[in-house]
Amino acid sequence: MISRRNFCKKSLLMAGGLAIPLAALELFDPKRLLAEKADGKKTRWVFLVDTNKCVGCGFCVKACKIENEVPYDANVTRTWVERYIVTRDGKTHIDSPKGARDGFETTKIDIGEGKFEEIKNDDIDKAFFVPKLCNQCDNPPCVQVCPVGATYQTADGVVLVDRSWCIGCGYCIMGCPYGVRFFHPVYHVAEKCNFCYHRISKGMQTACVDACAFGARRVGNIRDPNDPVTKVIMTERVNVLKEEYGTTPQVFYLGLTKEVK
Amino acid sequence: MKSHVWRPLYVVLLVIAAVLVARKIMVPADFGVGSRGYMYGWHRPSNEEQWKQVSVKYRTAEYCKNCHRDKYDEIKKSPHAAINCENCHGPALGHPDDPKSLTIDRNRELCARCHFRLEYRTSGRGKIRGIDPKTHHPELECVTCHWPHDPRKEGRT
Repeated sequence: MISRRNFCKKSLLMAGGLAIPLAALELFDPKRLLAEKADGKKTRWVFLVDTNKCVGCGFCVKACKIENEVPYDANVTRTWVERYIVTRDGKTHIDSPKGARDGFETTKIDIGEGKFEEIKNDDIDKAFFVPKLCNQCDNPPCVQVCPVGATYQTADGVVLVDRSWCIGCGYCIMGCPYGVRFFHPVYHVAEKCNFCYHRISKGMQTACVDACAFGARRVGNIRDPNDPVTKVIMTERVNVLKEEYGTTPQVFYLGLTKEVK
Repeated sequence: MKSHVWRPLYVVLLVIAAVLVARKIMVPADFGVGSRGYMYGWHRPSNEEQWKQVSVKYRTAEYCKNCHRDKYDEIKKSPHAAINCENCHGPALGHPDDPKSLTIDRNRELCARCHFRLEYRTSGRGKIRGIDPKTHHPELECVTCHWPHDPRKEGRT
C-alpha cells in the first residue's frame, strides 16, 4: 500500500524527470556553438596583415595589378603599401609612390607633384610599412550608397562590383572611408580589391599573399576555428582601421600604431 | 463620354506602360534583393560566377615545380626560399605554350625592392642585408655577381 508521503515524493520526482529536456543531456560542443553563433554560413573571408614583417618590397602590388588586369602604368591599384616615417620632431611622413608597385628604393619621401623630401636616418624615431587593401566590411558603406545595385556582398563576405550594371556614378568611391575604390581606366566602372575572388573560391591564396615572401599578408576563413589566421585573430592583439566609422572592417592588422590612418 | 480631359491621361498611362515594358526587358531576370535585405542586398547573383571565371595568372611555385624541379629545389634550400618564382619571372599563364609570355626581370630595381639599404630599425626592412645603390657598382646588374636562385653562390651570365 502506497503512503501519501511516498506518493507525493515519487510524483514530484517523475515530474522533475520529465521536465529535463533531452538537450540538457547533450555535451557542450564549442565548435557547434561557434558555428551557430553566426548565421550558419561556413565561410567568411578575412585578411590578416602583419606590419612588423612588411619590408615594402611591393611584390604584392605588382602581382595584384597583373593578376587582376589593372593597367600597369595607370596610377590606380587595388592594393598598395604605405611608408610611415615618424621623425624626432613629432611629424609623420607618409608616402606610397605608384602605390609601391616598384617598392621603396630610396630614403626620400614622395611629397607629391614630383617633389621629394630627404629625411636623415638620425632623425627617424620609427619607420615602417603598412599594406592596404579592401576591408570587405560587414557594413559596407560603398554597397549602401550604390543607387543601382551594382555592388553587393557575397554570402562569404566579399564585396564585388557588377561591371555590366555599374553606371559609374562614383558614389561608392566617395563613400569608402578607406579610399579603396577607383575607376577602372579600361572599363570605366568602379573597381576594387575582391580578395582575388577567382582564386580563393578555387582554394588558392590571393595573388598578393602568394607574392609576399615575408608572410606579412594572409587570407583566411574566420568561420573555421582551425584556420591559422582565425587563431591569430582570436588570440593575439589585432586592430582594424577606422573602427569609429562603424563599418566593421574585416582586415586585421598586427602592429598598428596611432600614426596609421 | 468624349472629352479633351482624357487625352493627357492616356498619354500618362502609355508612358507608364512603356517604362514597365522597358524595365522588364532591360533588368536581368535574376536581379533582386539578396539575403542581406534592401540596404546591402540588391544585386544580380549570376555576377558572382562571372568573377569566379577570371583567369588565374599567377600559378605559384608548385606549378613551376612540375617541370623545373631542379630550380625549385635549389631556391628552396637557399636564403631566397620564400620568394615565389613568378615574382621575378612573371606570371606563368601561357607558359610553357608561349615561351615569350614570361617576362624575366633582371633589373637592379627588382633586387632593390628589398636590398637597397633603408635604415628602418622598427621594420623588417632594416634587418635585410642591403647596399647603397650610389656606391655599390651602380653600372652593373646584380645578377652579374650574385646568383638569385641562391645568393650564396656567384652569378653566371
